[in-house]
Amino acid sequence: MGMSDVRFSATRRLILQGAGAVALVGLGNLPFGLTPALAAANDKYPEDAFKAKSEADAIKALYGKSPEPSDKVKMDAPEIAENGAVVPISVSTTLADVTSIAFLVSENPVALVASYKIPAGTVPGVANRIKMARTSNVIVVVEAGGKLYSATKEVKVTVGGCGG
Amino acid sequence: MASSIRVRATTSGETTEVQALIQHPMDSGFVKDAKGELIPAHFITQLTFEHDGKKVFAADWGGGVSKDPYVKFSFKGAKKGDELKIGWIDNKGATDTTTAKIQ
Repeated sequence: MGMSDVRFSATRRLILQGAGAVALVGLGNLPFGLTPALAAANDKYPEDAFKAKSEADAIKALYGKSPEPSDKVKMDAPEIAENGAVVPISVSTTLADVTSIAFLVSENPVALVASYKIPAGTVPGVANRIKMARTSNVIVVVEAGGKLYSATKEVKVTVGGCGG
Repeated sequence: MASSIRVRATTSGETTEVQALIQHPMDSGFVKDAKGELIPAHFITQLTFEHDGKKVFAADWGGGVSKDPYVKFSFKGAKKGDELKIGWIDNKGATDTTTAKIQ
């Protein structure tokens, strides 16, 4: 839990910057929609990480450090994806104290695809569907006990999914 | 109005498996239309799942998530009949929420 405390205080420090982003997405003037409780539960959207072109820059923007490869991060991805617009990818891990899981595609115009927060009590694993512009490495980063672990797999794409 | 969010949450006793399917274009901003003009970015940025006032899962998404996104995860501590609250917001400020009963 130590790490999540650190993350929370980091979030607080970002509140001033966050206020701008929140105004941008219009959270401040919602008549209906998200209840305040749900909106307040959201952490700041990692804008910079979603602007980074390379996966290394995205990981740095997201976590401020680099991952080490680990065979405890299991990625389930197709060898060949016929349609790059919909590539099903899932990840699971036997690592303890997982706090987040991120998916990145090296060759996409924006490398970071998704970042998931895993609170205590939630099983450290997620399945989703992502877009791939072309054949590329897919990288999964798992944050566990304050450290970063990764798994990488090349997925061959027959038809790109970013209209590229 | 019909919700954009379809959720199935089933518990086996200890863990609850959640699958969500959301209707959303998830335009990345990098794709051109038939006229060769870029389709502006329009994608869900944040998605949260709450059970019993506690966030059990949260996603930060970019335009690289597929159209009509699907996500699956599992969490502990819920029982049959409990409510799961789901909400999303996109980069244009649109939102949607729904509540699902855990089965």
